[in-house]
Parts: sequence; structure tokens; C-alpha cells
Amino acid sequence: MNAFRLALVGAPNSGKSTLFNGLTGGRAKVANYAGVTVERRSGALLTPAAHTVELIDLPGIYGLTARSLDERIAVDVISGREGKEKPPDALLVLVDAADLRTHLHLALQLKALGRPMLLALNMIDLAERDGVVIDIDKLQERLGIPVVATCATRKAGRAALLGRLDALIESSRRAGPSEGVATVAGLRSMQREARAIAKEVILKEPAMNKVTRAIDLVVLNPVLGPIILAVLLFLMFQAVFAWAQTPMDAIDNGFGALGAWIGEVLPDGWFKGLLVDGVIAGVGSVIVFLPQILILFAFILLLEASGYLARAAFMMDELMLRVGLNGRAFIPLLSSFACAIPGMMSARTIENENDRLTTILVAPLMTCSARLPVYTLIIAAFIPPTAVGWFNLQGLVMFGLYLTGIVSALVVATILKRTLTRGRPQPLLMEMPTYKLPDPRDFLINLAMRAWAFLKRAGKFIFGVSVVLWFLASNPSSAAGIRDSYAGMLGSWLEPLLKPIGFNLEIAIALVPGLAAREVAVGALGTVYAVQSGGNDTAGLAHALQTAWSLPTALAFLAWYVFAPQCLATMAVARREMNSWRWTTFMAAYLFAMAYIAAGATYWIARWAGL
Amino acid sequence: MKLIELPAGQTAYVAGFEAGTEELEAKLREVGFAEGDEVEMLTHGPFGAKTLAVRLNRSIIALRGPEAAAIRIELTP
Repeated sequence: MNAFRLALVGAPNSGKSTLFNGLTGGRAKVANYAGVTVERRSGALLTPAAHTVELIDLPGIYGLTARSLDERIAVDVISGREGKEKPPDALLVLVDAADLRTHLHLALQLKALGRPMLLALNMIDLAERDGVVIDIDKLQERLGIPVVATCATRKAGRAALLGRLDALIESSRRAGPSEGVATVAGLRSMQREARAIAKEVILKEPAMNKVTRAIDLVVLNPVLGPIILAVLLFLMFQAVFAWAQTPMDAIDNGFGALGAWIGEVLPDGWFKGLLVDGVIAGVGSVIVFLPQILILFAFILLLEASGYLARAAFMMDELMLRVGLNGRAFIPLLSSFACAIPGMMSARTIENENDRLTTILVAPLMTCSARLPVYTLIIAAFIPPTAVGWFNLQGLVMFGLYLTGIVSALVVATILKRTLTRGRPQPLLMEMPTYKLPDPRDFLINLAMRAWAFLKRAGKFIFGVSVVLWFLASNPSSAAGIRDSYAGMLGSWLEPLLKPIGFNLEIAIALVPGLAAREVAVGALGTVYAVQSGGNDTAGLAHALQTAWSLPTALAFLAWYVFAPQCLATMAVARREMNSWRWTTFMAAYLFAMAYIAAGATYWIARWAGL
Repeated sequence: MKLIELPAGQTAYVAGFEAGTEELEAKLREVGFAEGDEVEMLTHGPFGAKTLAVRLNRSIIALRGPEAAAIRIELTP
């Protein structure tokens, strides 16, 4: 029997993703809708009567007028107009139970489509805690569709929903494509009907959530708000460096010990070289950064789940407006600190095409977590941990690198919005959700998905690159130094180009795979220097660099990494998201130019200053 | 009176829309504004922003000046 296809529909912040994770346990299949870049998340679940259901998580919508790419897909899938996607068998419509009055009209619009549907009053626990009382039977009667109160984070709340699904599956018939109401007159009458129903079924409706009101009094305060935001961001980056140190050391020692053990156990030969110098040195030097990447993602996930991220967008709106964008662009840019790929993808919620394009074009300038390995390595090797007032010089340099990225992003966006992507900024109109404590299970599922994606990349991509690079670096011979190897020959073609900005042959060799994925550059340096020294010292890369590089070279390398174009995966996503080779080429070209100029300037200024 | 003119901390009721375009009215309606709804001005954004945070029934909506000027309000229901 085919799975029953159930589409999850609701406004942004109605708790769709949490319910999806709750019902599927996070076992999601992530793909794209055919021909477009909108992510399609689906997962299987089993109802009490043993029906298999394919749950499809659709992008959030406020109504059936689609304005952004995301919304268009959601509306097309719902109304059965998305050609390549079979229309869903039924809709599971989510409405925030805490404010039924404001949100019920979406359910009415969807009902008018004539598809089988089930209405879930979601986050009922929070609504009840506020003192909201809803007559569910009455609502069901007035709407003529089944209604269930749900709570994604509690088992009982999910069980109630699953029970109602069986009845829906057994009674529903397939419906053809249908058209929705999207005129203002239609909307007005839907709203009137929704308000009339709400009046009847909401038995008690106290004032807005008191905690949210109290927090917002401080958090949205025009003076305190930006200070709190700055402190939070500072804490986030502090945590990335301070808390990650212990697990990073443990992982590093683990790989070092593994390499040493294999070095003793295996007989000398090419296989040992490949395993120890290629695979373990390469993959190990990247996995070391998993703790930092997890902490960064954890912060962003918590800010999002608690409801703070929308406030941050609100507060950044004026500054973003001066750049030519709007507050909404802040969220993609903030996500880009973790990784530019989810950042660029979350730009889809930006309705205005020029704004979306500009946001994508500058997203790579935000320092993504893959650059951390490079920064951490070079800073540890070359910058002394001298105290500067309350701070430490290493931390300040790191902060400076992040700041350079942010400032350049703002400058580039300002220039773009006044030249190539000119246009009026789109209005900001969004809901700021009620504050809630993030659900631990939901949080862990989301975090695990990120960690897995990183490890898969490290496993597949970096493993492959490490092996290929090891081969190129140790053949036909590396006895007389790396210059005689294939990698040396490749690197020496690039060397003349990179010499003026202070880069040596080893850097030239590491840069090529570093363009495939930034963090690979560390692995590549690990491989190149491990081969050169003929040893198997993964922990000592920083030490090796200290003797091989001058300080101006190290600083130039850091400057290069602030700007240099993204990993191939990001470039591929940028091309897909912008749907244009021209813009992608432009992006790569401007990033390369900035990287080259910045590295060159840094190198020569550092030399002139006698560093 | 328009929503944008509502002083912080005061409550009013949506009376109608003067959006100029159907598109803007539809947008405001979809996000939830409707005749008779209770609105309260909470605060404006930092850095001298024209971005406003408004309570609509039991929700909070962020919107900018031009959008807030498109919503007509009355001080009594």
C-alpha cells in the first residue's frame, strides 16, 4: 500500500518544524522540489492503526498569495498545481492555539480549497498556561473539519494527533487541483468569518503572555536591546573558543595516538604512509573542529527556538535598511556564521528578488565555521596569547577577522544595492513569536542533523581530498622535498601568481583543495608538512608552520581566508539559489579579487612595519 | 488616525485600511490585521528606526512606517 501523503501547513512560527521532528523523530529525507531550490523535508510515521504516512513539511505561509519562492512552492503543492509533485492526500493545518483569533483565517482559506484536512491547535500547552480556553468541539462543528489540540513536545499531544489521523485516512478521498481565494475581498470575508467563529469558540482569552511582554520590555528597548544583542553575540563567539578547547584537545590527542599506534603496528610502506599521513592527518585535523561548529550551531538553534532571532532581525532592521536591505536579511547573514549554505537557503524568505540576490552575494563574507580551523591554527601558531587589557591578543585577532568580514559584507551590500542590484527595499512585516523554552529533544534532533552533515562532508570530501593530495605529494618522489612531487609541480605553476602576496609553495599546494572546502586547507597543510617532515605528527602542525612561515605570510594567509571564495558546495548552492552562472561568476571573481588585494596589502604592510 | 500615530503603550482598534494598493492590503490582512482587532503600540526599533513592534490581539508584529501608515485605527472599539 502506498503511504498516505500528509502535508504540514501553517504560518511561520506555528511550530511546524518542531511537530515534524516530534512526529518523525528527526528521521527526515531532505531533498529539493524538482527544478527549484526549495528544500523538501519529508519523513515517515506509523499511525496506531498501522497506516504509513509520509509527512511533508511545507514552508510557512500566511495566506494563499505567494510572494516569495518558498511560499510559491507551498501554495502550489497545497493546491495540487506543483506539476512534478503529486498533490498531498490531505493537509494537516497548524494554527497557534494562543492566538486563534489572528490566525484562524488561514485555516478557512485552506478549507475553501476543498481538500481533506485536519486542523491542529498547536502549542496548546502554552496557550492553556496563559489561561486561554477554547471550545474545541464547537470549533469542529463550526468549521466542519476535525480539530485536535496538539503539543509537539509532549507524547500525549502527539498521540492525540496520531489517533485522529487514522479517521482522516480512512475517510478521505483524493481531490483534484483547486483554486484558492486570493483577492482582498475574499480575504476580508474569510477574516470576518474567522473572527465570528473565534468569538464563539474562544471561551477565555486573557491578555498577551506576561513573560513575553516582560522580556520584550527589556529586550526590545531601543537602548538596552542592541546592547543585549551585542553581548549575546560576544558570548556566542567566546563560547566557541573557550568551551570547545577541552573536547578539541581530546579529539586531537585521540587522532595523534591513533596515528602513532598505526605507525607502530603496520609495516613501513606506501599503505602506512597513506593511512597515517594522508587519511588520519587529513581527516583528523578537520574533525577536531566539530566541537566549535556544534557550539556555534547550538547557539543559533537556541536563539531561533526561543523566539529571540526574530527580535534580533527587528533590531537590525534600521541598520540593514541603511545598507539597502531589511531586517530579514540579518537572519541569513547570522546563519552564515555557521555555514553559508543554510544562510543562502534561508534568504528565500526575502520576497524582493534584488534583496535576496544581494544577501546571497555577501553571505560568503560572513565568517563561516569552516574558516575556524584555519584561523585557529594560524592564530595559535603565530599570535602570542599576550594580555591586552581585559582581553587576550589571540581573541582580539580572531574578533578582528570576524569584524573585517562583517564590515566588508555591509560595504559590499551597500555598493551592490546602489549599483547592480538597485531597487526599493521591501517592507518588513513579520510576526515575533512568543518566547518559549526550547524543547531539548527537538534541539538535539536539529543539532544532530547539523553534526551529521558536517561529519559526512569530512568523511566523504575531505577523506577523498586527503588521499589524492597525499598521493600527489609523495609521488613520484618526495625525497628531495615537496617540489619534486606532482603536488609540487602543480603548486609551482601557481607560485608566481601567489608569491607577490607572500605565499610559499606549500600554501599554493594547500590552496587548491582549500577552494574545494576551506577546512580542507588545514588538512592539506597537515598532509603537505607531514609528508615533508616524513613524520606522523598531526598535533605538531602549528609548530611546523612556525618554522616554515614568516609572520607577514601568516597574516596574509589569514587575510586571504577572510575573503577567498567559498567551498565548491557553497558555490554550487549559490548558483542554484541565484539561478545564474553570471552572478555566480561575479561572486567568485569579486571574492578572489578582494582576497588577493587584502592578502597582498597585509603582507606588504606587515613587512614594512618590520613584523 | 493611523497606526503609525499611536503613542507607545496605547491601545486602539483597527478600523480599516488605506493601503493605496490591493497588494499591501492583502499582505497586512494575511499577516493578521482585520477590522475590529485590538492593537497596541509597543516600541520602535533602535538607531532611530521607523520599524515598529505592535501587539495585534495576542501576537506581536514587526512592521515599518509605510505599512503602519496604511492601517486606520480608532481609539474605541
